[in-house]
Amino acid sequence: MNRNATHHIPDEIIEAYASGLLPHAFSVVVAAHVSLCDKCRATAEACEAVGGVALDHIDGEAPAQDLRARTLSMLDDLPDADQTHARLPRNLPITAPQPARRGIFPGAVAAELGDDGPRWKSLGAGIRQQILTSGPDGTVRLLYIPAGKAVPDHGHGGLEMTLVLQGSFSDHTGHFAKGDVQVVEDDLEHTPIADDGPACICLAATDAPLRFNAMIPRLLQRVFRI
Amino acid sequence: MTSDPTATEFSLPTQWLIAVRNRRDREAFGHLFDYFAPRLTAMMLRSGMSRAIADDVVQDVLLTAWTKAAQFDPARAQASTWIYRIARNRQIDILRRERRPVPDALDTGEEHTEQDAHQALALDQESAQLRAALAALSPDQRDVIEKAYLGDLTHTEIRQRTGLPLGTIKSRIRLGLERLRHELKEIR
Repeated sequence: MNRNATHHIPDEIIEAYASGLLPHAFSVVVAAHVSLCDKCRATAEACEAVGGVALDHIDGEAPAQDLRARTLSMLDDLPDADQTHARLPRNLPITAPQPARRGIFPGAVAAELGDDGPRWKSLGAGIRQQILTSGPDGTVRLLYIPAGKAVPDHGHGGLEMTLVLQGSFSDHTGHFAKGDVQVVEDDLEHTPIADDGPACICLAATDAPLRFNAMIPRLLQRVFRI
Repeated sequence: MTSDPTATEFSLPTQWLIAVRNRRDREAFGHLFDYFAPRLTAMMLRSGMSRAIADDVVQDVLLTAWTKAAQFDPARAQASTWIYRIARNRQIDILRRERRPVPDALDTGEEHTEQDAHQALALDQESAQLRAALAALSPDQRDVIEKAYLGDLTHTEIRQRTGLPLGTIKSRIRLGLERLRHELKEIR
């Protein structure tokens, strides 16, 4: 697979992801882009090296006294292969592993979609979307834009990250193809148009929606969630 | 790198993890436990977990390291880095109550080459330099890095703890990382 994107995620956002500080919605986009981009994977792994060194440095705290014996005694019951999550005896939540990539969707996106989907909702003019998650820290959605149509303006100030999963789009800032990310901070005026060819499918994360908008658009936004 | 003549030049935790990977070496796993369990416990407690949950997470992380050791590639990560990633993923899963999105794994399975061995050794040396660089930071800067990577999971919490405005914190994190990045360039 070709993993040479030309539009990347800024280092500081990758650092925020690697250290765990980035909100969930944007983390989905970073994980999906890194799946498609070796350069940003290298950056993320370099940042994790900082985490590893910090872990080396930290003053330890004694774990429970019997934890060592309990842990070593469990080795016999463990599978060698990659089914860790299925068979580790666990008191902890979230034990299922992240699913594998599915079609054009990296595993991080497949995890948000669940077993089927996307379940598109029409926004008119052939444009569709599915909101994957929406919370106080941000919203991440899939957008489907037929050739020649404008990508709906899904940002509301703040940070907006759009990753191309299929097809491509262009605006005055450049041409964005599969694997590329457009990162827009604050209110850049731009009108991305899906290029000729297969419909453009994008993964887009935005800051908490609707925060600074006027009343009427807000009502409309509530209807369309865009 | 199944029979790597230079393996003894790696840092000890990396040697232990390679022994676990190649030979399912339980003694080496015991060493990994003794080295990482207290560090991971401290990391979990910093994010406000209870001791009981921290113990469960530490056990979970180290057992995951045992079962997934085949994926460990010393040309791409030191043991500390690899275990940090596993630990941070689990910590975020649990604290945020949703699965942390992670990149798809690269296809492994291609033969490890002689070049990989050199790359692995170079990475090990770069990491030693990175460790020195972190030690050379001012206590303030080191504190910010450690908070970002090992503790709280939001900028907001850092702000509450230090009483500094958000913008200042962001720039301090960036400053600290700027100095580290100088060292990191070689790794990239």
